[in-house]
Amino acid sequence: MTALQKKPTSPVAHLSDEDIETLGREVDAIREQVIASRGERDATYIHKVITAQRSLEATSRLVLLVSVFPPAWLLGTTGLALAKILENMEIGHNVMHGQWDWMRDPKIHSTTWEWDSASPSEQWKHSHNELHHTYTNVLGKDGDLGYGIMRVDEDQPWHPFHLGQPLWNFLNACFFQYGIAAYDLKLGKNLRKDRRSDPEFRRIVGATLRKVRRQATRDYLIHPLLSGISAPTTLTANLTANLVRNLWTHSVIMCGHFPEGVETFEYHSIDGETRGQWYLRQMLGSANISGNRLTHLMTGNLSFQIEHHLFPDLPSNRYQEIAPKVQELFDRYGLTYTTGPMYRQVASAWRKVIRLSLPNQVLGSGQPAREDTAPDCVCVPMVAARLASRSQ
Amino acid sequence: MTISTTERTAVAAHTAGGRFRRFAGLVTTPLVPEDFLDIVRPLHSGTDLRGRIEAIHPETRDAVTVRIRPGRRWCTPVAGQYVRIGVDVEGVRQWRSYSVTTPTSADGCFTITVKALAGGKVSTHLVRRARVGTVVQLDQPAGDFVLPAPRPTKVLFVTAGSGITPVMGMLRESLHELADVVLVHSARTAEDTIFRGELRTLAAGGRLRLTERHTSTDVRLTPDALTALVPDLAERHTWACGPGALLDALEQHYAAAGISDRLHTERFQAAVVATGVGGTVTFTRSDTTVVSDGATSLLDAGENVGVLMPSGCRMGVCFGCVVPLRQGAVRDLRNGDLTSANPGDGVLVQTCVSAAAGPCELDL
Repeated sequence: MTALQKKPTSPVAHLSDEDIETLGREVDAIREQVIASRGERDATYIHKVITAQRSLEATSRLVLLVSVFPPAWLLGTTGLALAKILENMEIGHNVMHGQWDWMRDPKIHSTTWEWDSASPSEQWKHSHNELHHTYTNVLGKDGDLGYGIMRVDEDQPWHPFHLGQPLWNFLNACFFQYGIAAYDLKLGKNLRKDRRSDPEFRRIVGATLRKVRRQATRDYLIHPLLSGISAPTTLTANLTANLVRNLWTHSVIMCGHFPEGVETFEYHSIDGETRGQWYLRQMLGSANISGNRLTHLMTGNLSFQIEHHLFPDLPSNRYQEIAPKVQELFDRYGLTYTTGPMYRQVASAWRKVIRLSLPNQVLGSGQPAREDTAPDCVCVPMVAARLASRSQ
Repeated sequence: MTISTTERTAVAAHTAGGRFRRFAGLVTTPLVPEDFLDIVRPLHSGTDLRGRIEAIHPETRDAVTVRIRPGRRWCTPVAGQYVRIGVDVEGVRQWRSYSVTTPTSADGCFTITVKALAGGKVSTHLVRRARVGTVVQLDQPAGDFVLPAPRPTKVLFVTAGSGITPVMGMLRESLHELADVVLVHSARTAEDTIFRGELRTLAAGGRLRLTERHTSTDVRLTPDALTALVPDLAERHTWACGPGALLDALEQHYAAAGISDRLHTERFQAAVVATGVGGTVTFTRSDTTVVSDGATSLLDAGENVGVLMPSGCRMGVCFGCVVPLRQGAVRDLRNGDLTSANPGDGVLVQTCVSAAAGPCELDL
């Protein structure tokens, strides 16, 4: 992968400015359709998911009170891991995006929600909603491109530190919730001597540490103590559930923007960007995960990362419904809808992390070996034919 | 959630109950214990006051009485007061005020009586679609449209349409304490008269002098017509509830007669919200006011006068700029949708894509 603007053959070269604005209007029309039909069915959905998640969490924690019995440990740990994944993905992430703000329920609202993750919602919303979703895949602006610890694009400069990035990525996966918290605090930047005493930085560090302590006290002290003789096994159960949740969410997040086929953009390429161009960048900068309904639920519908990036504030249950319409737009405008099963997308992302740990010179000409791995590639003659039929 | 836990624990940290709460909060963090309790016992929640619809029975073809079992911490209303009820209509939480028609019953329930208004989201929902068992949000009863103690000797009630509802609460609770009561009630037709049977029974019992007027055939009630019906009007303490025009006319009449202190009125509809372009934006906590046009976002308007506005993407995506609209109306610059709020609603709006549509107040 290299920045779209530097490619010898741009995947958007066939689109005129007018095409892109028309595309933008078609995307807006999909959005309007969803907003006009948002209602009781959607509200019932999120209420059900929240009720199910809380019931699952409470039941699992009750079962773990007798985790000294291996079947109880297995059952409770599985349930708790699933509950934590649901809480982070389908509920927390999406509620904090404002996807359910339209219900005007202060208990399910982006401004009041707090999630079961180390990063306080206030910090996460800033770095995720404002920075990542606004500057998606823009080199030098979107920190999510490697989280500041990895090089995930040929156009990111190589540093010897990157030699270790397969290990950094693995460690980040294991401790993902803390990785996100550190990332949201911009520790790399803010720990510099001239910035670390900044009162605002100290305030958000304090907030994060308080939350980390509270969460850890719950999982590693209170619940084990409540379990009596099951204390050691409840401790390992909670550690395991958090580890499983971390590995899963990390994998899902990697699938969103790292697999081959996803485009990146140069620093100044978004100067004066129009709404149509913004949509186009979101479409090319994200990748989906194909799978069944359970996959979509457990990924918090981030398996529809493309739809999510087009409409970060639409209810997550709707992404699946509008996906065919979005895909039809990709086809008609000759764009590549990057998607694939989870194992393939995770492998693709890992391959990139491993490959780019080496400098471009070692890798060869700097050109990625993407042709052989890019899934669902639309070949050029088909694109030309579709565009011709569209302009008639 | 976490915030409410902190607030509560700050109040009660030193009591045994407070310590238990703090511990329970640690068990459930980042949620609060009530978030789990809500699933099984929504009415026993310590966080929010709610009620469950126990029964719905029709009064007329477009009005129903809804019997609600309130949760714990409910303060029994005084007859004549109203209660704010939050109902989810089409998935959206809508708050409305309704007069209590039965303040309390032996089983601890209260009732409201709702008439379906043309285009009324909540009233139409309650009359046509609401189901028994639904949980609604409640606020404590409020309002000073109540009978004083000691009770006045001579009382006049002037009501029209659903304006009968607060008065019905008073009649049911206090008629036996009142010596001389006149009720002049207007409705469109006899069939449209809510509580017609009950009112006539009370009148037949001799404790209430009832005058029914039907606006489909009679002329609308004026203060002069009222004086003709009730010659001793000046001696009576009057409680009036109905359309704004009627109440305005009564207020002028009582003021002209120098007996304004004897007239108590209750209005159902908030002042009409201006929906034109722009308006005065008040940032209540910052004590700042600015006149803004209909094309300038509230975010820009606030920032231009130095209010510390939360902001994010400035394009309606990130929700980093959301603040409560205390009252007034704003228009979504993207689609022209109007969002309005009455005092206390606290409807949350995205300031970066909303502009003033008449005077409005933001909680900032």
